[in-house]
Amino acid sequence: MIWSKQEILPREEIEAIQLSRLQETVARVYEKVAPYRKKMDEAGIRPSDIQSLSDLARLPFVTKRDLRDNYPFGMFAVPKEELVRIHASSGTTGKPTVVGYTQNDLDVWTECVSRVACMGGATEKDVAQICFGYGMFTGALGLHYGLERIGAAIVPSSTGNSEKQIMYMQDFETSLLVATPSYALRLAEVARSMGIDPAKDLKVKIGLVGSELLTDAMREEMRKYWGKDMLITSNYGMSELNGPGVSGECEYLCGMHINEDFYIPEIIDSETGEVLPAGEKGELVITCIKKEGLPLIRYRTKDITRLFYEKCKCGRTFCRMENLSGRSDDMLKVRGVNVFPGQIEEVIFGFEELGPHYEIIVEREGYLDKMTIRVELVHSTDSFAELERLRNAIRAKLRTVLGLDAKIMLESPNTLQRFEGKAKRIKDLRSK
Amino acid sequence: MAAKQLSVFIENRKGRLGEVLEVLKKNGISILSLSLADTTEYGLLRLIVNDPELCKKALSREGFSTMLSEVLVVRITHISGSLQELLTLLSEQDIGVEYMYGLSVEGSDASVVIKTSDLARSEALFAQNGVTFLSAQDLARM
Repeated sequence: MIWSKQEILPREEIEAIQLSRLQETVARVYEKVAPYRKKMDEAGIRPSDIQSLSDLARLPFVTKRDLRDNYPFGMFAVPKEELVRIHASSGTTGKPTVVGYTQNDLDVWTECVSRVACMGGATEKDVAQICFGYGMFTGALGLHYGLERIGAAIVPSSTGNSEKQIMYMQDFETSLLVATPSYALRLAEVARSMGIDPAKDLKVKIGLVGSELLTDAMREEMRKYWGKDMLITSNYGMSELNGPGVSGECEYLCGMHINEDFYIPEIIDSETGEVLPAGEKGELVITCIKKEGLPLIRYRTKDITRLFYEKCKCGRTFCRMENLSGRSDDMLKVRGVNVFPGQIEEVIFGFEELGPHYEIIVEREGYLDKMTIRVELVHSTDSFAELERLRNAIRAKLRTVLGLDAKIMLESPNTLQRFEGKAKRIKDLRSK
Repeated sequence: MAAKQLSVFIENRKGRLGEVLEVLKKNGISILSLSLADTTEYGLLRLIVNDPELCKKALSREGFSTMLSEVLVVRITHISGSLQELLTLLSEQDIGVEYMYGLSVEGSDASVVIKTSDLARSEALFAQNGVTFLSAQDLARM
């Protein structure tokens, strides 16, 4: 089902909406947000210069740094009195990033999430259990209001207390699960330890996952536990862009449809800042064109993807962004080679003997980087030869995929740390 | 007359073996024989117990990876050369021994747990030569 008529507008109409909203937004931030005015003056561009969508590329970028430098409200375009909600990112690397919403912003956000949830198969009949942490993080409340608007029954169970989560699923007949992919796997593990087979004994048929990468291998792994016919879609967003609801996958799983009447996407070369043509891989840059509280223009997401503009089989005309191959933040450079955790994950999921959890440790020995990957051996063998064969097979596969040698450490099940929110799988012990 | 052996994967960490034994104790499982082999990083504990299925279930629940496999538990007389004769039977037929360890029985006999490269052929070969086995049922009663 398609939630809004906007999603199937012809391209010209989408672009007409984008241009008028962009012009309005740029004029407003130039007038009301000092740091923007300064940036635009330095770049020698005025709001009246925005005559077509291609003029967007003339505007300066905004980064997370700008938000930190203007902490807490310096980038806001409305007085604090007009805000009705404030969220913040975790701020693990210093001050958090603060985002604020007017009532209209919340309405737009909810609309965007409803569309995305609808794409992922949600209907008013669903019982939706939200296993994202509630709080300053935007994921939980974003999905909460979007699904509620659709008419689903919300179970705001948050994270933690996994056995109780399974009990709710069983007793309330939860049909839709919202979680990070890694927490969804953890919940399946807990269910099994309680003697409950999620695929047979629970009624969860839809998974809306986000806040972590969803590789095809991870989707397969999730289906292995939750059921072959579960529809698992990923959705995308970040608190700076309201939260979830920027884009989401439909049932054809061919990329995430971006809500283009609210967000204009661009792909740039992250080194040079040049805009790349459709279909090329680069950093995603998003401009919010219908945001009052914190209207970010050309915000650098640091996420690496590609854009496709061909119409989707589902009927939507909004462009699609490919499922992320990685965040530039998550990328590791090991002995000069770029490594994305997703690549390692795909290799690990290919081995039946291993569980879905892993940890990547990078250390420096002398002048050389050394990578160790800890995995859990779920099915043991009775001979060392078999164990060695397995280790060598994993190593060889990783070498093919990454072009790097890694040491494989086999661990017992339930040894590695489990995560309820975003999984932290990398331990980089090299001094920076 | 194959018997079931339970292999348990153990990382080389202090106290890990004790944790396995703790689980066995909690579940009233008795060990008839064991062999512990290790490399620098991990070990394999091979167990012959009175109830291998229960033992597997209990250990899996506690987060151990395990594997049940079939081995032969063979009775031999307690005199010099008897084990050598047994192995000669195998080597003449080009059957290799992967590993082997002892299991004590009551009386004057001894017994060994053997994993060979071809369990079915070894079993037939032993039977033809009058070698007797301890079956899973025999072990369950011990």
